[in-house]
Amino acid sequence: MKNTVRLLLAICTVCTMLLGALTPGAVAADKTTIQISAAISLKDALTKLTEMYAKKEPKVKLQFNLGASGLLQKQIEEGAPTDLFTSAGKKQMDDLAAKGLIVPDTRVDLLGNELVLIVTKEKKDTIKTFADLADKAQSISIGQPETVPAGKYGKETLVSLKVWDKVEKRIVYAKDVRQVLTYVDSGNVDAGLIYRSDAVALQGAIVAATAPKGSHSPIVYPMAMVKSSKNQEATRKFMAFLQTSDAAKVFAQYRFIALKGKH
Amino acid sequence: MLDPIFLSLKVSLIASCFVFVVGLATARITARNVFAGKDVVESLFMLPMVLPPTVLGYGLLVLIGKRSALGGLLMDMGIQLIFTWWAAVLASAVVAFPLMYQSAKAAFTSIDLSLEHAARTLGSGEFRIFFHITLPLAWPGILAGLILSFARALGEFGATLMVAGNIPGKTQTIPLAIYSAVETGDNEIAQKLVLVITLVSFLTVFWLNRWLRKKVTVWKKGDETRVAVSHP
Repeated sequence: MKNTVRLLLAICTVCTMLLGALTPGAVAADKTTIQISAAISLKDALTKLTEMYAKKEPKVKLQFNLGASGLLQKQIEEGAPTDLFTSAGKKQMDDLAAKGLIVPDTRVDLLGNELVLIVTKEKKDTIKTFADLADKAQSISIGQPETVPAGKYGKETLVSLKVWDKVEKRIVYAKDVRQVLTYVDSGNVDAGLIYRSDAVALQGAIVAATAPKGSHSPIVYPMAMVKSSKNQEATRKFMAFLQTSDAAKVFAQYRFIALKGKH
Repeated sequence: MLDPIFLSLKVSLIASCFVFVVGLATARITARNVFAGKDVVESLFMLPMVLPPTVLGYGLLVLIGKRSALGGLLMDMGIQLIFTWWAAVLASAVVAFPLMYQSAKAAFTSIDLSLEHAARTLGSGEFRIFFHITLPLAWPGILAGLILSFARALGEFGATLMVAGNIPGKTQTIPLAIYSAVETGDNEIAQKLVLVITLVSFLTVFWLNRWLRKKVTVWKKGDETRVAVSHP
């Protein structure tokens, strides 16, 4: 009995020592750290760009906080230390702008994306266009239009292509784009609407069609510097880098459409 | 791949230590005392278990955010909690607390009070009674609470994502790393991490079950004699 108590005390002591050892060492002294809150869909592209930037500016460290754009917005509103925000939706950036939390002149629409129709292996010969959804798909998945931007664009597309009324009852709503992808990829839902950049991850399902331009409001990924940033100069520099043609090439690899840097 | 594992272990170990101390103290108070508003306090203690972690996380975010009184005070002292792994410790500790509290309280109430009274008549101080009689007798229940808290802290996701952020290498624990990997279609890493966390959690609970069964049978056989022998 006493031994167990002692063991426990020992564990506590070790933990405390561990803390003492780790806390100050975590921050490198002469490096500027830029804290970036980024939509999680940008993870792979940003990781690649970080490697490139590390070679260019070895004294700057980029640290990413990845999550859903709405969550990142809330964190910034509550004063979480952030220098740069890249959002997957216009609304989140508009909200922050309305509250005066971003620097207005730094805001740019960095990336664009397209909406594509994906279908399961089994249905790829029957469903080839958006019009086919009306009578050939038993179930169609889109993100919840109120909370998932891709779902909002998806609904707009179906409405403007005049198939919404016919398919509305067969729609399976998902909590995010990834869930739509999983439903269709696993064959549980016949078709779904997702971003082209997400379609890279498809394993079984295929991209059948692209939503025509004008069938939905433009998909943009805005970015802006957060007003409370303590590293404004370094942040502006990194933002400029994201708008170069080199960065645009990387974004294109991940099927995003770079709206800047096309020289 | 290794960063999240070490960070998760570190965060849940430290969170368990906090929860252990605070949980024991509060459980001891509510198990042995009657006071006005006790029911309210006890319900409050259990709240983190009932509330969805995201709700809890949002509450914590507002609480320690720099626009709140507490967050502002910490800010003035130069302490920034949000987006640090200490915030992850806080989130895990809050979520795991009810498990420790409830187990410890049940353990304290289940032991024979006359043993404590006997010690008191023999002149023992309250501290001595607690460490030499109450704690050893309640130990199986307390340890169960501790292990459960550790396991819960290890799996904490929602509240952590809110207050600590999902920062690779800094606050990205195993559950957050799995979330990131799944969201970006990195199935291989996701599967490996799922394996690791399942294994650790399984071993923890497995060991607890075995240990408890052994301990409880021994104690049922020789409860009184044991106490009498080790504390003459």
